[in-house]
Amino acid sequence: MKPVVVLGTGLAGYTLVRELRKLDRETPITMVSRDSGDFYSKPMLSNALALRKDAVTLVNTAAAEMAKQQNFTLLHHTEVLGIDRERKQLKTSAGAIEYGRLVLALGADPIRLPLQGDAADAVLSVNDIDGYAKFRNAIVSVKQIAIIGGGLIGCEFANDLVNAGYKVTVIDPTAYPLSGLMPEQAGKQLLAPLAKLGVTWRFGVAVKAVNRSSSGYALTLTDDSTLQTDLVLSAVGLRPRIELARTARLTVNRGIVVDSQLRSDDADIFALGDCAEIEGRVLPYVMPIMFAARALARVLAGEDARVEFPAMPVVVKTPAHPVAVLPVARDAAGEWKILAEGDGIKPGIKLGFFDAQNQMRGFVLTGAYAGERNEMVKQISTN
Amino acid sequence: MKVWQCVVCGYIYNEAAGSPAEGIKPGTAWADVPETWTCPECGAAKADFEMIEL
Repeated sequence: MKPVVVLGTGLAGYTLVRELRKLDRETPITMVSRDSGDFYSKPMLSNALALRKDAVTLVNTAAAEMAKQQNFTLLHHTEVLGIDRERKQLKTSAGAIEYGRLVLALGADPIRLPLQGDAADAVLSVNDIDGYAKFRNAIVSVKQIAIIGGGLIGCEFANDLVNAGYKVTVIDPTAYPLSGLMPEQAGKQLLAPLAKLGVTWRFGVAVKAVNRSSSGYALTLTDDSTLQTDLVLSAVGLRPRIELARTARLTVNRGIVVDSQLRSDDADIFALGDCAEIEGRVLPYVMPIMFAARALARVLAGEDARVEFPAMPVVVKTPAHPVAVLPVARDAAGEWKILAEGDGIKPGIKLGFFDAQNQMRGFVLTGAYAGERNEMVKQISTN
Repeated sequence: MKVWQCVVCGYIYNEAAGSPAEGIKPGTAWADVPETWTCPECGAAKADFEMIEL
């Protein structure tokens, strides 16, 4: 029997294999990884300092142990160069591999802004454990860190770094934190609690250039001001890895296009995780990966399963002012309404997004209201 | 009372605190948390948690 071949050993690939092995111990599985294949929790990268973990202790289970536990063959440090769909064969840096069914769990690349300056390539981004190891080595000898991007990952890193004693400046061309996920009255709730811990916010400006200076780096911003810093971290979003699929002439859009069975337009090729666009949605969060992996495991085990996503709130790990949000599509019809607002003693805000029928479709909970996530999900589910 | 951590997302389950929002009373030992319980933050199964030292 030809193996199920899974490309990628991130959360998507490993969760799928774990779920598949609960249903089927026999079908041979081969996993292919660009890195060592060690299993770690990606969400923990942006609060590892608070968890007192580093790149070594973040590894939950070494790759060899995973392979033994879940009974698969691992090809680590292996690049996949192409998919021959006719022959059902992969071309890799370790030679040709045949597949029966193929799962693309390739992940996403951090978006790199086109920056000018002689130190543009010294800007770090953390998208995997190797990137995190590099980042942790770099912060040992610095005090000030500039973060490009005030979204979820930028805010989580900012909170983790100020907690650990760093001076952090967050630079973002929008008007307030988490602007991609929520309206202004909610996002701005983060301003004061994080500023109190030592975050300097610079909204409405972007970084034009990064140059080396005598003490570290000099950033030139779009308002022509400059900012001195010791280290620059970029956190401006992710781009699904679709090139391999595109080259194999699978349908791609923002991500690799798959249906509710996680199946591409090739009946034997599937995709999930950050590289996938499932029924029109790219959902680069943990909870959707878990649901998609469970559904795909059942499909691969021969069941007629389909993924059904419940209301999946996203938790932003900013302990200075915790946030939970059930985002709505950018073009969703309706309006945000304030349901409750805190005060100086118990800061925070509760917002709901209501459609034309006055049904709640999304919410934001910050600060004192962050704990009401389950009640809000229940309200949405009974709509 | 022990503390457990989700290996997928880092969510902490503290036996002393329980998880009242999911109907798990404070003081509920990990062994008594139902097998069908999933991580409230990421949906990982109970079997995917591990114990960590506080």
